[in-house]
Amino acid sequence: MSEIVFEHVTHRYDGDDVLSDVSLRLTERRIGVIGANGSGKSTLARLVNGLVTPTSGRVLVDGLDVARRGREVRRRVGFVFTNPDNQIVMPTVREDVAFSLRRLSLDAADAAARVERALDRFGLTELADRPAHRLSGGQKQLLALAAVLVAEPAVIVADEPTTLLDARNTQLVERHIAELDEQLLLVTHRLEAVESFDRVLVVESGRIVADSRPDSALGVYRSLVG
Amino acid sequence: MSVAQTPAARTRARSSARDLAQIAVFAALIAALTLPGAIPIGIGVPITLQTLGVMLAGAILGARKGALAVTVYVALGLAGLPILSSGAGGLGVLVGPTGGYLLGFILGAFVIGWLAERLTPRLRFWTLLVATSVGGILAVYLVGIPWLAAVTGMPVGAAIAAGSLPFLIGDAIKAIVAALVAAGVHRSWPGLIAEKSWPWRRERAASPADRPASLSTEATTTES
Amino acid sequence: MIGAYRPGSSVLHRLGAGAKLVGLAPSVIVVALLPEWWMLLIALGVALLGFAVAAIPPRAVVVQLVPVLWILLIAAPLNALFSGWESALVMSLRITVCVALAALVTLTTRVSAILDAVRAGLRPFGRRVDSERVGIVLAMTIRAVPLMAEIVRAVLDARRARGAEGSLRAVAVPVVVRSLQTADAMGEALVARGFDD
Repeated sequence: MSEIVFEHVTHRYDGDDVLSDVSLRLTERRIGVIGANGSGKSTLARLVNGLVTPTSGRVLVDGLDVARRGREVRRRVGFVFTNPDNQIVMPTVREDVAFSLRRLSLDAADAAARVERALDRFGLTELADRPAHRLSGGQKQLLALAAVLVAEPAVIVADEPTTLLDARNTQLVERHIAELDEQLLLVTHRLEAVESFDRVLVVESGRIVADSRPDSALGVYRSLVG
Repeated sequence: MSVAQTPAARTRARSSARDLAQIAVFAALIAALTLPGAIPIGIGVPITLQTLGVMLAGAILGARKGALAVTVYVALGLAGLPILSSGAGGLGVLVGPTGGYLLGFILGAFVIGWLAERLTPRLRFWTLLVATSVGGILAVYLVGIPWLAAVTGMPVGAAIAAGSLPFLIGDAIKAIVAALVAAGVHRSWPGLIAEKSWPWRRERAASPADRPASLSTEATTTES
Repeated sequence: MIGAYRPGSSVLHRLGAGAKLVGLAPSVIVVALLPEWWMLLIALGVALLGFAVAAIPPRAVVVQLVPVLWILLIAAPLNALFSGWESALVMSLRITVCVALAALVTLTTRVSAILDAVRAGLRPFGRRVDSERVGIVLAMTIRAVPLMAEIVRAVLDARRARGAEGSLRAVAVPVVVRSLQTADAMGEALVARGFDD
């Protein structure tokens, strides 16, 4: 497992603290982050791969300072966004998965084999030559997952990956996420999704208000939303 | 932008990815606006808004990114995607009588962006209207009409008539709309266009004629 | 988006995109220099023969030519008025042949093949143009066209639902703002996916 460390991290945006003085050491395999909209949970996720950098404090992934060595960190940490439409940058399914490998200087046969494996893992083989915009919302999110996984990151950060999906696609995507072997940091507001996780953080107004096994953390969250 | 103190290297990488995305998205926006009948306007005649998209690219993204967005749009159209006006696409458009307008669009977006960069931060409707009219109409016709005259062998006077009259009213409306829209967008989303200064506002100490154009920005920041 | 390309297996289909693009330029110049109408008529015959060899259905040819050639309806009479009917005929034929030759390339070449050829052609200019990034921008644009069309449609629908049709400005400001937001999100995704140089 990778070690994700927050050292007194504060992130300020437009003069407001989005996160204030957060210190954490995350080594569990499956970590859930829950909280209301605007609580800072999405910023917490973005800090882990350097899409957002701390205003003060440090974030370290396996000892690498995210603000200084973002590129190396992003090679270890894959990121799944809420809206797959913005994450998919290539016209067709296969091209988009292959796009993730362009920085890894693999030979063509190796790269192609990895792309096919990733497509197969998420049931996208049949759709490989389809334009991305013809996919359903759930298929798009699976494509986003495949495109992240093909680069073989050690950690996957997913920022509300099912929020824009209908109930059926939510289940489909959550099932695939539950089957991941990689270390996972899942930001969500669906309590069911993190019930079996190893650790759950509850974020409220930029602070961690609960950090424990799921049952007690979820209890805190339920009392918060009342 | 965030006030976070990000290391310079990362900020640059970030903005270049963002630039790339803005160029692609605006090229795609011009294509989407050009799809036939994309937007029904009040009078019930579906018109394509290709020139509106071109004008917006320059007025929103500035000279370099705006011109690149239009270039990408034109290149994809010439490569055969049916995204040029009236659903045309392919190289035939370029070698045809109206091919000059396509190249004029690139110049037009550049001129609009160039003017907008120098009007910043006073990007109001009236100033932007000057930019969209000069760039979106004058500059476009300046390339399009001589091309039309050369390809068709029409006398220039006839080419001006044939090459501007059918489009002029529509283009004037689009210049107004583009200026209104750009003013609205710049108000709600400040900082899109980096401020530059007029070429004649140079440091007096140096002889202006000898200066490379790229230095003009730093030479004049003291004056603004 | 497949574009105007008509799949096939003719000689013209199999010819490389680069070769066709490089061949088109001098052909257009030669046609532009042909002085007599009968020479142009032969050239038109050659172009039409090309369509036949490539087995392009006549309708597809018409679809390609009409949006470009309609302006001849204005230009030809004007030209005839000033320079006589023979000049108008030569001019009209010349433009038709040029456009037909270009359409022949477009109809027999995949968009992706043309873009690859352009990228390969840019490679010698590596110092000034990063051909790989050019390829990424072109592909991202193709990906973004349906997204932008969707944004335009959604904003129009929202306005219609509120019963406030009309003002183009009230439609276009949200379209542009959403486009900028999409660009920011795509830029962020590019960085997250390992694009940062």
